[in-house]
Amino acid sequence: MSAAGGTAPRPAQEGAAGRAAGPVLEARGVSKRFGGLVAVERVDLAIAPGTVHSLIGPNGAGKTTLFNMITGIYRPDEGDILFRGRSVAGLPPEKVAERGISRTFQNVRLFKELTALENVLVGMHLHLRANFFDVVLHTPRVEAEERRARREARELLAAVGLGGLGDELAKNLPYGHQRRLEIARALAVRPALLLLDEPAAGMNPRETEAVMELIDGLRRERGLTILLIEHDMKVVMGISDVVTVLDHGAKIAEGPPDAIRRDPRVIEAYLGKAVER
Amino acid sequence: MAALARFWSPFRLRLPGGRAAQLLLIGGYLAFTVGLLLLFPRSIIAFLLYLANLLLVFGARAVPGAWQAAIAVVETLVVFPAVAAGNPFFMGVGTTVAIYVALALGLNIVIGYAGLLDLGYVAFYASGAYLWAIFSTGKAAEFLPFLHGPLGGEWFWPFLVLGLLFAALMGVLLGIPVLRLHGDYLAIVTLGFGEIIRILAAGLNSITNGAVGLPGVGAPAIGGRTLGAAVDFYFITLVIVGLIVWVTIRLEGSRIGRAWAAIREDETAARAMGVPLTRAKLLAFACGASFAGMMGVIFAAKQSYVDPTSFTFMESIGVVSMIVLGGMGGIPGVALGAAIVTLLNIQVLGGISDFINSVGARWGIQIPPALNPSQYHQLVFGVILVLMAIWRPEGLIPARRRHVRADEEAEPATPAAAPGGEPA
Repeated sequence: MSAAGGTAPRPAQEGAAGRAAGPVLEARGVSKRFGGLVAVERVDLAIAPGTVHSLIGPNGAGKTTLFNMITGIYRPDEGDILFRGRSVAGLPPEKVAERGISRTFQNVRLFKELTALENVLVGMHLHLRANFFDVVLHTPRVEAEERRARREARELLAAVGLGGLGDELAKNLPYGHQRRLEIARALAVRPALLLLDEPAAGMNPRETEAVMELIDGLRRERGLTILLIEHDMKVVMGISDVVTVLDHGAKIAEGPPDAIRRDPRVIEAYLGKAVER
Repeated sequence: MAALARFWSPFRLRLPGGRAAQLLLIGGYLAFTVGLLLLFPRSIIAFLLYLANLLLVFGARAVPGAWQAAIAVVETLVVFPAVAAGNPFFMGVGTTVAIYVALALGLNIVIGYAGLLDLGYVAFYASGAYLWAIFSTGKAAEFLPFLHGPLGGEWFWPFLVLGLLFAALMGVLLGIPVLRLHGDYLAIVTLGFGEIIRILAAGLNSITNGAVGLPGVGAPAIGGRTLGAAVDFYFITLVIVGLIVWVTIRLEGSRIGRAWAAIREDETAARAMGVPLTRAKLLAFACGASFAGMMGVIFAAKQSYVDPTSFTFMESIGVVSMIVLGGMGGIPGVALGAAIVTLLNIQVLGGISDFINSVGARWGIQIPPALNPSQYHQLVFGVILVLMAIWRPEGLIPARRRHVRADEEAEPATPAAAPGGEPA
């Protein structure tokens, strides 16, 4: 508990400095229904470049559904999703990834029987060119490409704190490492927008602290825009530039963390219990 | 006894001793089995024991990999033909085993790598076989006006490639409608596909000659010389098998192999990482099918007769059980499984039957036909698979996936110590 006492103060608006352009991602009146259940209802969302934007709300508020719509797993029933000005609504997930959106999953979804390095290499799939005939003939070009890919994968592993663990099978890594590996794999897609679904879930305070630093570093060093689902309020309040609150599928509040913390609607819907001290 | 226990104890094939000892063991055993082949020119057991040479080489881990490969090649392409070239029985069995090894390797791409349970694999084998049969028997000339009579043996070689392409096309045609299916549903549809192809072959009298089949399928030829002997087919088949092994190894460690593995492990995550699901699945189907198509062409030429009974559902199941028995996803395991199941299928039980009968005859005992072991080969098959499922679900030689090594520069091993970004 020692190190976790105070949230590491985040260099405030550094990443947001150059946000002259429009939003990286924009959701316009997006809805999703499952049978009679309205999971997400006419949600608008605008994510400025270089920011960490958090999505919070009670269980079943529609956060992950929104993630799944952005990443092409679900097609929105109404509304549109624009990424860098172009619609991505209804595109298949692999096309969304190609546009530059990458994600992690709430329940870790690694390729368990592959090594950590191979997991990251799968993330690089889009950036490798070798086709069937290159592979079969094993051209020098493929050789060089694979070598470059391995180097980049090792760097990514090191960047998330898994340096030297490349040859471990993903399933053999401890849980916290698995979450980091998912982030490395997502980074391998070279996204402009990274979606993290509860990256600190199930972690102890120390690990949580480290994940916060990692996310903050990604934003500052790689210029990534990050959309984050998180239940740990310390994480949310500590690293977010903007917080959006969903409840019963609808957006009930949005703003900087401090304002959200005081928003009576939010407190009523959700934070009231979580933030009391 | 202790050596035997060590041989099997970790259930991983590994010979004891150093390099010299292992080479000596390999050489000694090779000499022994060559002797057996010469002494018993019609014994399937001798063949089986000779085949174990390859297993022995595989287990000799103290011998460098390149040597292992070289020894295996010499044993299959030099020693065996030198000993048994004049023995059509051994050559025929060897060819059949090689054909099934190729089929199993092809299906292994679909099931073992991409995780798509395909129970209609024999359809692709049939496609290749019928393609060559129809053109080389002159059947094609009956409905294709520009052809005059059967194609000669020289055409066999381009038809190997055509068989590959045709089967690959069939693979894609099967793949497209089943893209969204998984597990049981996929298995059922592919099973149906296999049956459709067989029934088509039995029903399309004007093209396939229906149930009568197509006799007189042409043998390959080079420069006017017909390569119709058992030993010719043995070499042709092995060259193709070598090619298939090469392609499989290449694919496994490549971007494509990783995409297949990713789809097998978690389709949703794979797509989210940008792996194009449709293309990867279709490529797996096409790849697996193309191996079977080539083998079909060889099979038709070797049998010189093709009819629908060679392409039943049991044939597909047989290939699946080769993979399961040997070890899904690994080349050595799949090859071993193919060899065992093939020999079991064609010969071993029959051989035991003959033996029992001859012993019985000598003692004047009439063995009732109901007790004849060859009647029970489906049963033995089933029992083996059940036992495997219980004791060795990962197969005889569990797949050691060729992982891409992180290799090269020594990296500072700092797990979790450096959590990403620099501390502020």
